[in-house]
Amino acid sequence: MSDKTLTRMDLSESVFREVGLSRNESAQLVESVLSHVSDALVAGETVKISSFGTFSVRDKSARVGRNPKTGEEVPISPRRVLTFRPSHLMKDRVAKGNKS
Amino acid sequence: MIRSELIQKVADENPHLYQRDVERIVNTIFEEIIEAMARGDRVELRGFGAFSVKQRDARVGRNPRTGESVQVEEKHVPFFKTGKLLRDRLNEG
Repeated sequence: MSDKTLTRMDLSESVFREVGLSRNESAQLVESVLSHVSDALVAGETVKISSFGTFSVRDKSARVGRNPKTGEEVPISPRRVLTFRPSHLMKDRVAKGNKS
Repeated sequence: MIRSELIQKVADENPHLYQRDVERIVNTIFEEIIEAMARGDRVELRGFGAFSVKQRDARVGRNPRTGESVQVEEKHVPFFKTGKLLRDRLNEG
């Protein structure tokens, strides 16, 4: 494992190399893709990217939690959470690439 | 929303680009994330979330049908953690 962290900058650099756009415009396109995915999720939609994975929003009901340090009970309000389910292709490639 | 709808949205926003270039751009982004994780790297997209690889240790599993013990090898699985901004936006209002 190389243990590096990639950021938006690395993704825009790949877009820049792949298509003949300026670095600036490549960065804007990466941003645009991420915000369209986010907006759809905020609107409650499921985002399904074939051979990548599925992002879906789940509703969690209210429950009583506990502060693990003090043992005190605290109410946890109902909330929406995002889950990501990787595609088989992603799982296979990640498993294969990291095999020791 | 599926991949083609995402491509369409980005294309509508960028009428000066060829549809096939928008397709390549969107595909490159997702492909790059998979490649990074296949190398064991993390991809951190502030405000959106972070993709990382988690190690699952080797364990003795059991065939639920026969009850037979089977050795399950150590493996690496993709993991996504939602970013703070997106988590907050999901719970607004």
